[in-house]
Amino acid sequence: MRKFTFTVLILLIGMTLLIGGCSGDDGTTDGGDAMVFRYNVGTEPETMDPHLSTGIPEATIMLQIYEGLTRLNEDGLPEMALAESVDVSDDSMVYTFHLRDGLVWSNGESLTAEDFEKSWKRALSPELAADYAYMLWYIKGAEAYNSGEGSVDDVMVKALDEKTLEVTLEAPTSFFESLVAFKTYYPLYQPAIEADPEGWHTSADTIVGNGPFKLVSWEQGKMEFVPNDNYYDAEAVVLDRMVFSMVENESTELTMFETGEIDMTHTVPGQEIPRLEETGELHILPYLGTYYYIFQIEESPMDDVNVRKALTLAIDREAIVNNVTQGGQLPAYAYVPYGIPEPDGVDFREKGGDFFSYDIEEAQSLLAEAGYPGGEGFPSVEILYNTSEMHKMIAEAIQEMWKQNLGIENVTLTNQEWGVYLDTRDEGAFQIARAGWIGDYLDPYTFLDMWMTGSGNNNSRFSNEEYDSLLKDVRMTDDEVARMEMMHRLEEILMEEMPVCPIYYYTDPIMIKDHVKGYVNIATGGKDFKAAYIEQ
Amino acid sequence: MLGYLIRRLLSAIFAIWVVITVTFIFMHLIPGGPFQTEKAIPEAIKENIEARYKLDQPLHIQYLDYLGNVVRGDLGPSYKYRGQTVNDIISERFPVSLQLGLLTFVIAIVLGMGAGIVAALYQGRMPDYITMFFSTVGISVPSFILGTLLMYVFAFRLGLLPAAMWGTPQHVIMPAVALAGLPTAFIARLTRSSMLDVLNQDYMRTALAKGLSRLRIIWVHAVKNAIIPVITYSGPLLAAILTGSFIVENIFAVPGLGKHFVTSIYNRDYTVILGLTIFYSILLIGLNMFVDFAYTLIDPRIKLTGGKE
Repeated sequence: MRKFTFTVLILLIGMTLLIGGCSGDDGTTDGGDAMVFRYNVGTEPETMDPHLSTGIPEATIMLQIYEGLTRLNEDGLPEMALAESVDVSDDSMVYTFHLRDGLVWSNGESLTAEDFEKSWKRALSPELAADYAYMLWYIKGAEAYNSGEGSVDDVMVKALDEKTLEVTLEAPTSFFESLVAFKTYYPLYQPAIEADPEGWHTSADTIVGNGPFKLVSWEQGKMEFVPNDNYYDAEAVVLDRMVFSMVENESTELTMFETGEIDMTHTVPGQEIPRLEETGELHILPYLGTYYYIFQIEESPMDDVNVRKALTLAIDREAIVNNVTQGGQLPAYAYVPYGIPEPDGVDFREKGGDFFSYDIEEAQSLLAEAGYPGGEGFPSVEILYNTSEMHKMIAEAIQEMWKQNLGIENVTLTNQEWGVYLDTRDEGAFQIARAGWIGDYLDPYTFLDMWMTGSGNNNSRFSNEEYDSLLKDVRMTDDEVARMEMMHRLEEILMEEMPVCPIYYYTDPIMIKDHVKGYVNIATGGKDFKAAYIEQ
Repeated sequence: MLGYLIRRLLSAIFAIWVVITVTFIFMHLIPGGPFQTEKAIPEAIKENIEARYKLDQPLHIQYLDYLGNVVRGDLGPSYKYRGQTVNDIISERFPVSLQLGLLTFVIAIVLGMGAGIVAALYQGRMPDYITMFFSTVGISVPSFILGTLLMYVFAFRLGLLPAAMWGTPQHVIMPAVALAGLPTAFIARLTRSSMLDVLNQDYMRTALAKGLSRLRIIWVHAVKNAIIPVITYSGPLLAAILTGSFIVENIFAVPGLGKHFVTSIYNRDYTVILGLTIFYSILLIGLNMFVDFAYTLIDPRIKLTGGKE
């Protein structure tokens, strides 16, 4: 009988652990008329320290509990937030921000200009080693301090008094007011950091924010927020509670949406899009990014611009977005995506127009000019992509198009695991590689500066003197109109030389219940629920 | 007995050292590194990061430092989840995997052994065919299909259970059943064949001749002898299911440890890879030792004396 009692014992232990460990309410049901919004942020945040974080899910979480000097609106443009106003010097080098009256942290302590100064200097400290510290390099002395060559005292950000922050820049930076809305520029509550420099942000109990909401719990794959009564604009916050889940699996997330467990998803499974379109709950939101192929231009045959152009022109982008990706992506006939307004309000892309089209005849003649009429004698080339079903299908479609349109028979496909693929790209050990770029801020410069000679992101090894000197001019000028013109010229050079073959502009397809209103989607990544509400 | 115990412990420590060393070497042989991103970061910042995590030191120094920390019970900081240590990750997530794993284990043992015993007793008849049919299905249907199917039926169609997430007893049911499918089927087959083996032994006939009741013969004489292979299997089984399953955790959004076994490798999160490997090794070695002791409790013929005597 000993065996029998043993089984019973195990059973009992198991059940006790199970029931003991799982008790407590599930938090998704709420009595009364409380207005609760449930969103799936898609993954466990890598870190909750705004200065260390780099990801978009983290950006969304932090937008709810923090706020910078400015906050981005629906069009991606900065609006005054913690700052009430800003004075810019005539040479556009000195920004003086005036903070609102009576600003406080979520715990009621007062928030001053000094908090900004200390926070920005912390973000730049070499010991913290923040990935995105370079977002602050626009400030005079910041790069030197961050690189271990300068002193913290030479970083030109100064709290003149409790409510005035003066920032001196290295060069005129027209998008600086957008930059200060970014998470690396958030002020952080210093006493919490001093108490526990490493782990202050790992628990809801020690995170002190200053945004529209505050984090009240974070455990077992779920975060809960309630309005922050100490927020200066607390009246604008309508929701009573928010619950963020962290479900990574796209199909599971969709099931949860369909069973009503969440109100908004973070993405949708690509193959479901045609079916979901009919529900009316699929929303294709803009996303500031481009999907493209890079040519490694040092080796034959990609060293010939005609070959690069021929390959680029022979791709039927309409067919790719309509039949392969199916997520409302836009075919790309230029490099910088839609969504960046110029000073006169016109979209940078609309003004720049298309640089090429799907033109088989032109592609064939370019290929003939390069010495491969009808694809004859064309050496074998390889397309490299990181392992993913979608990248594979796109590469297969392109392989087929090059075969049909140009007669190039020997295109092979290679996939590599993410880390290996990044290594291969950095080493330039490829011929054609798939890549994507999401803008960091709302300015064409975030797409153009990566093709500078020797830039760490310039895997094509593209090098053009005019391009490099023009980039420098763009950085130094404070004439907005001339600046945009220079960037149009930069893009033109890029499309003439074609180190990069644009394929499509990204979109952000997600499911949203019809009763969710008032949210703001930010095209550079992140969603703002400050003024969101549930229509009842 | 004590000598045996000391020998086992020493060999366990040696085994864990080998595991650490081999993992360390292979991990650093994979191209890429923990701080590689698609957006290249400036060289100065890369240097800051490497200095912060001492990745700028020569590999053998990193290795010796790491061994020293492990001896002190410090598995180091995660590179990917900044602010969290590997100890944090294990202590937060292991309890979740433990709850799920224990329930899975109980389901697998109770259902698997029950089915196996029934099948053996009714060998060649209907109950045998039915249980063996289901055990074939259980072995061949992967957990992600079983999981997706369960979710479709019980969450989407019937609305009886929450589709995913964690926190209430209802959340545990579907992932536990999905995980239990394969081990249940395997245990059923194992029990059936060893039961059949035992039932054909001479002493069974003796017991019958003594006039013992059928129930007593089965419980005391047959099951007790047939349980040995199941115990052998349950050591590694328990180690595997207690550390979580990447796929089932992913489908049901269970915040367990299984995810990190896979993603740490993609992320090249060196400390997490090593920490979890050590944790798994300790669990596996510990449970195997426990299984060896369990033999002596069940079967007095087995004595733990080591190889030399």
